[in-house]
Amino acid sequence: MSEHGYTTVIGLEVHVQLKTRSKLFCRCSTEFGAPPNTQTCPVCIGMPGSLPVMNRQAYYLALKTALALNCEIPAYTKWDRKNYYYPDLPKGYQISQYDLPMSRDGYLEISDPKGQFPDRRIRIIRAHLEDDAGKSMHDEVAGKADSRVDLNRAGTPLLEIVSHPDLRSPAEAKEYLTELKLLLSYLDVSDCNMQEGSLRVDANVNLHVATPQGTVATPIVEIKNMNSFRAVERALAYEAQRQYEVWRDTGQQLGDVPKQTRGWDDQAQVTRAQRHKEESSDYRYFPDPDLVPVCTTPEEVQRVHAAMGELPATLRARLQRDYQLDWYDADVLVNQGRALVDYFEKVATASGDPKRAGNWIQQDVLRSLNERGIVLAEFPVTPSALAELLRCVGTGELDTTRAKDVFQHMSDHGSSVAEARQALGIVAVDRDVLVALCRDLLADHPQIVQDVKNGKQQAIGALIGQARKRNPNANPARVREICWELIERMS
Amino acid sequence: MSLTQNDVEKVSLLARLQLSPGEMAALTLQLGQIVEYVEQFNELETDGVTPMAHALDLSNVFADDVVLPSLDREQALANAPKRDEECYRVPAVLGDE
Amino acid sequence: MSLSDLSATELSRGLAEGQFSSREATQCCLDRIEQHDSAVGAFLAVSGASALQAAEQSDGRRAAGTVLGPLDGVPIALKDILCTIGERTSCSSRMLANFLPPYDATVVTRLREAGLVLLGKTNLDEFAMGGSTENAALGTTCNPWDLQRVPGGSSGGSAAAVAARMVPLAIGTDTGGSIRQPAAFCGAVGLKPTYGRVSRYGLIAFASSLDQVGPIARTAQDAAMLLEAIAGHDPRDSTSVNREVPCYSRDIEADFGRPTLGVVRDHFGDGLDREIAAAVEEVIRVFRSLGGTIRDIELPHSKYGIATYYVIAPCEASSNLARYDGVHYGYRTDEPAMLRDLQQQRDGSSTSDDLDTALVRMYRQSRSEGFGPEVKRRIMLGTYALSAGYYDAYYLKALKVRRLIRNDFDAAFQQVDMLLGPTTPSAAFRRGEKVNDPLSMYLEDLYTVTANLAGIAGLSIPCGFTRAGLPIGVQLLAPAFEESRLLRAAHHYQKHTDWHTKSPPLP
Ligand SMILES: [Mg+2]
Ligand SMILES: [Zn+2]
Repeated sequence: MSEHGYTTVIGLEVHVQLKTRSKLFCRCSTEFGAPPNTQTCPVCIGMPGSLPVMNRQAYYLALKTALALNCEIPAYTKWDRKNYYYPDLPKGYQISQYDLPMSRDGYLEISDPKGQFPDRRIRIIRAHLEDDAGKSMHDEVAGKADSRVDLNRAGTPLLEIVSHPDLRSPAEAKEYLTELKLLLSYLDVSDCNMQEGSLRVDANVNLHVATPQGTVATPIVEIKNMNSFRAVERALAYEAQRQYEVWRDTGQQLGDVPKQTRGWDDQAQVTRAQRHKEESSDYRYFPDPDLVPVCTTPEEVQRVHAAMGELPATLRARLQRDYQLDWYDADVLVNQGRALVDYFEKVATASGDPKRAGNWIQQDVLRSLNERGIVLAEFPVTPSALAELLRCVGTGELDTTRAKDVFQHMSDHGSSVAEARQALGIVAVDRDVLVALCRDLLADHPQIVQDVKNGKQQAIGALIGQARKRNPNANPARVREICWELIERMS
Repeated sequence: MSLTQNDVEKVSLLARLQLSPGEMAALTLQLGQIVEYVEQFNELETDGVTPMAHALDLSNVFADDVVLPSLDREQALANAPKRDEECYRVPAVLGDE
Repeated sequence: MSLSDLSATELSRGLAEGQFSSREATQCCLDRIEQHDSAVGAFLAVSGASALQAAEQSDGRRAAGTVLGPLDGVPIALKDILCTIGERTSCSSRMLANFLPPYDATVVTRLREAGLVLLGKTNLDEFAMGGSTENAALGTTCNPWDLQRVPGGSSGGSAAAVAARMVPLAIGTDTGGSIRQPAAFCGAVGLKPTYGRVSRYGLIAFASSLDQVGPIARTAQDAAMLLEAIAGHDPRDSTSVNREVPCYSRDIEADFGRPTLGVVRDHFGDGLDREIAAAVEEVIRVFRSLGGTIRDIELPHSKYGIATYYVIAPCEASSNLARYDGVHYGYRTDEPAMLRDLQQQRDGSSTSDDLDTALVRMYRQSRSEGFGPEVKRRIMLGTYALSAGYYDAYYLKALKVRRLIRNDFDAAFQQVDMLLGPTTPSAAFRRGEKVNDPLSMYLEDLYTVTANLAGIAGLSIPCGFTRAGLPIGVQLLAPAFEESRLLRAAHHYQKHTDWHTKSPPLP
């Protein structure tokens, strides 16, 4: 409930392009970025006489995703035609699923690392498999009268995932999307690239306003054209505020006006009403006679389930249990994707120090990847090399500052710990050498010795800087320890 | 149930047909007659009958996910009423607001 | 005796024995078309040069001993609703008057692979919607037995071409009787195979759950050979059945045996022409004399066949024909004129209608100008029946009645091997007689639609003539995938009768 006394109620409809080689109903490539109309055939152009045949892999990826979303898989599913006219819809209908979708009644659990909202289970109404449309582009060069149509995308498999209106804030909506995207990347079923359109989000939002007469619902608005998760968050925040103002001014409630569609204008940071087509909702769904139903046995479901691999939620729990990480550290690692988790597990095991491994990976490894603009697979420091480095830190052989220099060198040159230390001249210093060094220092700084004797222990700090100037390999902790011993002996 | 001219008008928009007044009048009458004839099947009790959308009891027909050659662009666009070198062309989809 | 009088079986034998070449047979067909098609109008396009070339290639194969099959070198005509690569495929519609498919239908590929010589594309009711070939936008086809009368439809051009001896074989398509009814009207053999027996890939869809491709020929033997060539599983058609194709041409030679033939007495009541009733009774007598047993059968829901069909077929058609929107192929209205009109009307009023944009006008005008009246009628009917609030009352109800109709057949075929009855309620009617009365035209499909709804196999063979000299057809129906049964019965019937040998008195 906001300070105004209303709750924002949000449901999300997410369309995800599934990562198949060929399209859902024909064998044209799904590769993104090809020149216009070079990846089409009679089937995806909707040419007279052509017929669809379903891509087995698309169905498998859809099934896998639905299971990961904890959906039920009905034994029988079928495909329906959704009829409407649009130039990028060459058949005059989309092949989608109406009353018997391939999955239903699932959920996705979300939690907020910043703790803004409690852990939530967002229910999923259904996830169904359908074909994508092509692209219409407004042609500004050739004059305002024409649009150009590219059908390369037409027929790409889409999974539409529809949530219940269970989300209660823009932040929750964003977290739901983030967690969904993470799940999809763990499943390796989609590229989830919003810029390339492989993940698209529409939102349904309204408010439940508390009034002295009880709770009142405002009309539901559908928001489109949101091109990033940030845009979704902002559009929803804007829309909640807008709806509240409209309600305050007009008192309009759910059912008073037809459902409105608004588009997010990212430049202006506002939603704008889109022209509504009163007839457009009459899609005249009916079973596609060109496709046959799909029946899935419990055994097949079981098999897909078994092959699914570890998903983010389970992985977070396991990292906490097996490596004694706290929730936050486990979350950061898991959110970076499976590859980084694998890296972490190797470093943690080999170094025997999961906590330190977690810290180094979250800070140094990720920073290094970012700075270089590379992915983990391209990162030159192997898990065993990093583990070796961390062991040196653990034994005190290297202090943290020197270890970071070594790490930097290893990242830059792909060198081993020994090579990096050699190159940087970082060698272990004998105790005799350190004792001699400290003696000289104390002799040169009688005032400091006096201060320490007078109980100002922190005065020793100044000596450490001096020691490192004379010998960069001097370990600060050991310098401090030896100086202390020598001063004590003096008295 | 008979159809009104208004029904026919609405359906013609859904179907993206532009009917002349003459066609509209004739269709209102003819569709009305046909619908009336069709409705004779309402005398049948069909509760519990499984609808039959397909003539066959086939299921699970799939193709393997392999890429085969597409049409080249020239072939794809060859039948287009209006096109340029790359794309189909249509009156602006955004309308003209 | 001309080569064009020979059946496909006889041509096949003659070619094999070297009595004549494919080139000669093909030329003979082309001459016959040249001679008579101006009066009959069976063809929308004749591809003489490429046919002769294909015939020569066939002769070459024969000389080299690499014949592709029994029909190698035999000419055939295609209903112009099957896609042929680079050759206009129009559905006899203005909408597709310039459509050049970039691919061959699977049936066409199979015909080419079997060495048949494709002679041309035949006329039809636009998009196969009709029973007279009068709804054709690109040609007029007459019944070769009486040029004032219709050839039936929608495969009217194919049936007329075969009946007029222009070609021994033709491909038709049957959604509600469109092979069997014109075969009956023209005195030809027409077979609608079981749904799923022949690939629909490249068949331009009218009603996808009912459409099926099949042979039109002069004899059951010919039909058997042609079905053998085109039947079989196609991975590009999800509704095609992966099931072995029997050797129909051998199966028909088997003994007639002692089949039980069911007769639906209700189908002989009011509405059936008396001459047709008498001819069918005579067929019953012949089959009895051949050793068959006749048994009365009830199909209690068949009287709802037309109602059911005229919901399901238009619903599917309304969606199948949505793709003709003037964007990717097909007819588009005169766009500059349309834009001028729009501008003028806009200038006159300040209100702008969301559903009256240039794009929506382009759609509506293109479709209205590109489609003929019957197509528009069915699109309207189907759109209405599927629209919000009517789906359950019409479409869903029809699917349920369809199940009851199918159940009737399942029960009947527990008791009998085949069903026998009239193909049509009357013989070929006069051109123009029913064009203004769509419902009476629809009722012509009374005896044929139920086989499409149930997905079973059906065949019509000539069984006599009316006093006016018009052919009469008898229909045989068999369970799904029992085409052999139908063809064998028809073959034995034709061995004992000569109706199929009669040829029309063309000038
Ligand atoms: Mg969708
Ligand atoms: Zn394609």
